[in-house]
Amino acid sequence: MNITPAQPTTHDTLIDARGLIKHYGGHTVIDSVDLTLRRGELTTLIGPNGSGKTTLVRLLLGLERPNAGTVTAPPDLRIGYVPQRIHVDESMPITVRRFLALGGARASGIKTALDEVGAQHVLNAPLQTISGGEMRRVLLARALLRDPDLLVLDEPTAGVDLNGQSELYDLINAVRRQKNCAVLLISHDLHIVMAATDHVVCLNHHVCCSGAPDAVSAHPEYLALFGPKAAHTHAVYTHDHDHAHTVAGDVVPLADDAS
Amino acid sequence: MTWSLDDFVVRALIAGIGVALVAGPLGCFIIWRRMAFFGATMSHAALLGVSLAFLLNINVTLGIIGACTVTALILLSLMRLRVLPSDTLLGLLAHASLALGLVAISFQDTLRIDLLSLLFGDILSVSRGDLGWILGGGAVALAALALIWRPLLSATVHEELAQVEGVRVRLVQAAFVLVMAVVVAIAMKIVGLLLIISLLLIPPAVARRFATTPEVMAFVAALVGVLSVIGGIEASLVWDTPAGPSIVTAATVLFVISLPLSSAIWHALFRKPKKAHHHDH
Repeated sequence: MNITPAQPTTHDTLIDARGLIKHYGGHTVIDSVDLTLRRGELTTLIGPNGSGKTTLVRLLLGLERPNAGTVTAPPDLRIGYVPQRIHVDESMPITVRRFLALGGARASGIKTALDEVGAQHVLNAPLQTISGGEMRRVLLARALLRDPDLLVLDEPTAGVDLNGQSELYDLINAVRRQKNCAVLLISHDLHIVMAATDHVVCLNHHVCCSGAPDAVSAHPEYLALFGPKAAHTHAVYTHDHDHAHTVAGDVVPLADDAS
Repeated sequence: MTWSLDDFVVRALIAGIGVALVAGPLGCFIIWRRMAFFGATMSHAALLGVSLAFLLNINVTLGIIGACTVTALILLSLMRLRVLPSDTLLGLLAHASLALGLVAISFQDTLRIDLLSLLFGDILSVSRGDLGWILGGGAVALAALALIWRPLLSATVHEELAQVEGVRVRLVQAAFVLVMAVVVAIAMKIVGLLLIISLLLIPPAVARRFATTPEVMAFVAALVGVLSVIGGIEASLVWDTPAGPSIVTAATVLFVISLPLSSAIWHALFRKPKKAHHHDH
């Protein structure tokens, strides 16, 4: 029997999915998908609308069972999940503070977490009155409060303005480095996402292509999926991470302005 | 008036208050989860439980709890299959079980069931035995609700988020449905199956305006329920009206008073005219 030495902690496998298949009403939404999430790695899942991104995430999170294939994860895996949508009925009187406490957080941590995501001003606001962008931040705070091994974010910047988007991505990246957790990001705004990503998985029911961002954006299947324009507008952004506003293709970095 | 359990009014008050104390907090969840129609369907299934209990010669309260639980679990699994829209399923099961209950009643040789009291309640005829069931069932239901309060609240806010965070959503949901079945069973005697859902919905609806947390809303709802029971029974004694419907009417009056429109009218009619005061000087 082969005994392999223990891997360094930065490459711990947290979730290992093999041969996932999921059917819905005769359609195969997920077709033989393999995916591995490792500690410290930021994986971005991209694909057009209806390509099965959300379904794949639901399978990985154990919210749904696959028709075939396996998802292996340690039993004590702590997951911080930021769902795409949340609707809390108007009839429930609940503040942001209470919403965060529902995740199991201690009262002292709540303020700090809200501070971290830049939403401290909504601490005592009724949950139903805050804006879409504030809601994304509050959801992220709830995920962070769990001190997660794995952070799963479904379209985390939907409804957040451009400035806020770069802030959120910087924050996610900082959390990943600081806590050495795995991050799985579902997105279609590729031009912003890819910069900090270690691993891109391009999904269209099956895995079209995957690998490092540069490799994926040059892949013929990627170009076929997102059209010829993707080569330009969705080019991989390889800017330096030190400055704050070099996030979108159409924003000129501050450092360049100054020079 | 002496306070004795031999007095039918005292028994009625105790039974009504016992039900109201658990109906309020439970009703909050029914509103938050938008399950009003679900609750109505369960209360229709209660009639089937009564007739089955008579046919099988078992305790009526247990019959109701059984029928309501089975109906609710069938409903939950049908909803998950997503074959039909849930309002269609609810309407279908509500009236199918009501019809089935009426048919089952007709199979008895002699009609031993007072249909009117099943539909509208008979709180003034609550016996000592009934009181035991109501208080015992109510206490168990309230304790169970307190036990699952936090995970149920979490699952009500966002089911998937709760599940990812380790809440056993289906188990909690099943427990919630079981609590609902118990409360429907004990409320049957108080307001009857046609009015049970109003006892679950109106007090939380009144409480919403005055609540800043889920717990305050549950507490105020219980209080409003208790006031409705006292007011309804008093009214029924004074004006000789049917007790169950009087309780629901009392709750409705409290609801109307609680509306923002009511307080606006109140202010418009009775506020002191301050400007006129200024002109005097």
